[in-house]
Amino acid sequence: MADVSLDQSLDHRAATVAARRHFLTRFVIYGLLVIFAAIYLIPLLVVVLNSFRDQQEIARNGLISLPRSFRLEAWGQAWSSYCIGGTCEGMQRNFYNSLKMTIPATIISTSVGAMNGYILSKWRFRGSEALFTCMLLGVFIPGQISLMPWAFILGNLGLSNSVYGLVLIHVIQGISFTTLFCRNYYVSIPDDLIKAARIDGAGFWRIFRKIILPLSSPILIVTVIWQFTGIWNEYLFGVVFTSGQQQPITAALVALTASGTNVRAYDVMSAAVLIGALPPLLIYLFGGKYFVRGLTQGAIK
Amino acid sequence: MSNHDLILSVPAPARPWRERLGSAVPLLVLGPSLVASFVYVFVFTGWTLYISLSNSSLLPTYGFVGLDNYASLWANRRWNIAYTNLFFFSGFYIVGSMAVGLLLAILIDQRVRGEAAWRTIFLYPLAVSFIVTGTVWSWLYNPVDGIQALVRGFGWTNFSFALASDRHYAIYAVIITGVWQASGFAMALFLAGLRSVDQDLVKAAQIDGASAFRIYRKVLLPTIAPIFLAVAVIQIQFAIKTFDLVAALTKGGPGISTTFPAIYVYDLMFQRGQIGEGAAAAIMMLAALAVVLVPYSFWVVWRRRKEAGHG
Repeated sequence: MADVSLDQSLDHRAATVAARRHFLTRFVIYGLLVIFAAIYLIPLLVVVLNSFRDQQEIARNGLISLPRSFRLEAWGQAWSSYCIGGTCEGMQRNFYNSLKMTIPATIISTSVGAMNGYILSKWRFRGSEALFTCMLLGVFIPGQISLMPWAFILGNLGLSNSVYGLVLIHVIQGISFTTLFCRNYYVSIPDDLIKAARIDGAGFWRIFRKIILPLSSPILIVTVIWQFTGIWNEYLFGVVFTSGQQQPITAALVALTASGTNVRAYDVMSAAVLIGALPPLLIYLFGGKYFVRGLTQGAIK
Repeated sequence: MSNHDLILSVPAPARPWRERLGSAVPLLVLGPSLVASFVYVFVFTGWTLYISLSNSSLLPTYGFVGLDNYASLWANRRWNIAYTNLFFFSGFYIVGSMAVGLLLAILIDQRVRGEAAWRTIFLYPLAVSFIVTGTVWSWLYNPVDGIQALVRGFGWTNFSFALASDRHYAIYAVIITGVWQASGFAMALFLAGLRSVDQDLVKAAQIDGASAFRIYRKVLLPTIAPIFLAVAVIQIQFAIKTFDLVAALTKGGPGISTTFPAIYVYDLMFQRGQIGEGAAAAIMMLAALAVVLVPYSFWVVWRRRKEAGHG
């Protein structure tokens, strides 16, 4: 009898020790996560808050501080009236430039990549693997290598300092990525499906439309998200091949924050930065799953 | 010879033109992309290589000068700073983002609540451009308005945190921001790796009484070792191509203290009109990438073959 109660109390003590240890581990895990989350979120929070604060109040209390003023004007100024290098139209033109560049380049490069991937996985011919490898090299070439050739080509096509020139660059550059993504996805579609369709008399286009395309939505979403964020965020070609009113938003943001006036208009600049960051951020928030999938696929393959 | 024989001796009837056209369609569709990629990869590289061997200054010219541009590039102090920075940055950036990424992945792997939310927080910097990140961090580093002002406001009046405006420490500002941006990426890949490890292995180790720490060290991490290499290779690539981040964060300064190869190329080509030497620097960037990627690709192919052989 006594033995049993001793056993029980020992068990009980072991259990409380284990529970305490468990609690401590959990505490450390969540504590670390919270600290890192703060490090990640504070910069974003600072920008969001500052875009609603009064410029003088920012100057007085510093950038990182709880807001003691609230106004929406900075957003309006950043959008349509703030001056960058002499023109006072805000970021709106650059925002539209980025849209005009990103949307066509994304659509074209993704469609071409889907066709290429379809051919390189389901209509292989002698040497197609070698050609695919050559196309892949395009993924690794640094932009700096192509600057001079592009300058020459865009100049001769009359596309220098034009959004369409940037569309051309991003389509050609993007094809290697989109082809890689789509090809690796289509490889997993069974060849027997295609063979059966060919026996039934379906041709190249019909098989694509009726079999491949309906199965493609995951990879097309991944590719579109990847291309859209990549092209929207691109800076090098934007700053090299366009100027002033033709610049995409990334280049304009650098010009805006570099324009050295005495008082730094953190409120307007914060709003401008958010305008530039918003489209890819929204895509990330709503298509996060696909974004991550693209990231891991693009990395590992 | 009868008519009958004649018919038999005629070669097999030509396939109808539609069918022949049909079999050419894939090649016709692929053609333009192939040409474009070929031009992009080989012609552009060859072109820049040629410019790097020419006496081009403000405009590309094609007087051959051999390796002169490379000689003057390597004799240049600023280029010296640029590639020293690259090595320094790459080391800290890769180790830092992998360490933070691994820690975050392991934390999230402990069956925490709200996993998706944590992941979303750590990964969002990847959706945003380096321009945005660099701009915002340049404000945080600003001694008058940013972190330094905040801490001094708490009463620690001689606290000093002016990384980006001190030529000796500005490179650390770039490193910290780079690690901040890239850790989530490492985390995503590590987490995917941890999740793909055969759970039976883990269970077996648990039954043997191994502690969580031991399981990670002996079972999980060795299994995902290839992911470490993949992450490192990708990060090195990013490091070599680093341009936007520095352009927005420090603009290569103060002075020339945070010049990187990519910044140097841009500067020579478009600010100073030394296209030949700029092209030489661009070729050096490509060479650096090749030094990393060529052995890695061979290793990947070799490993796949080995696995296929075992399977």
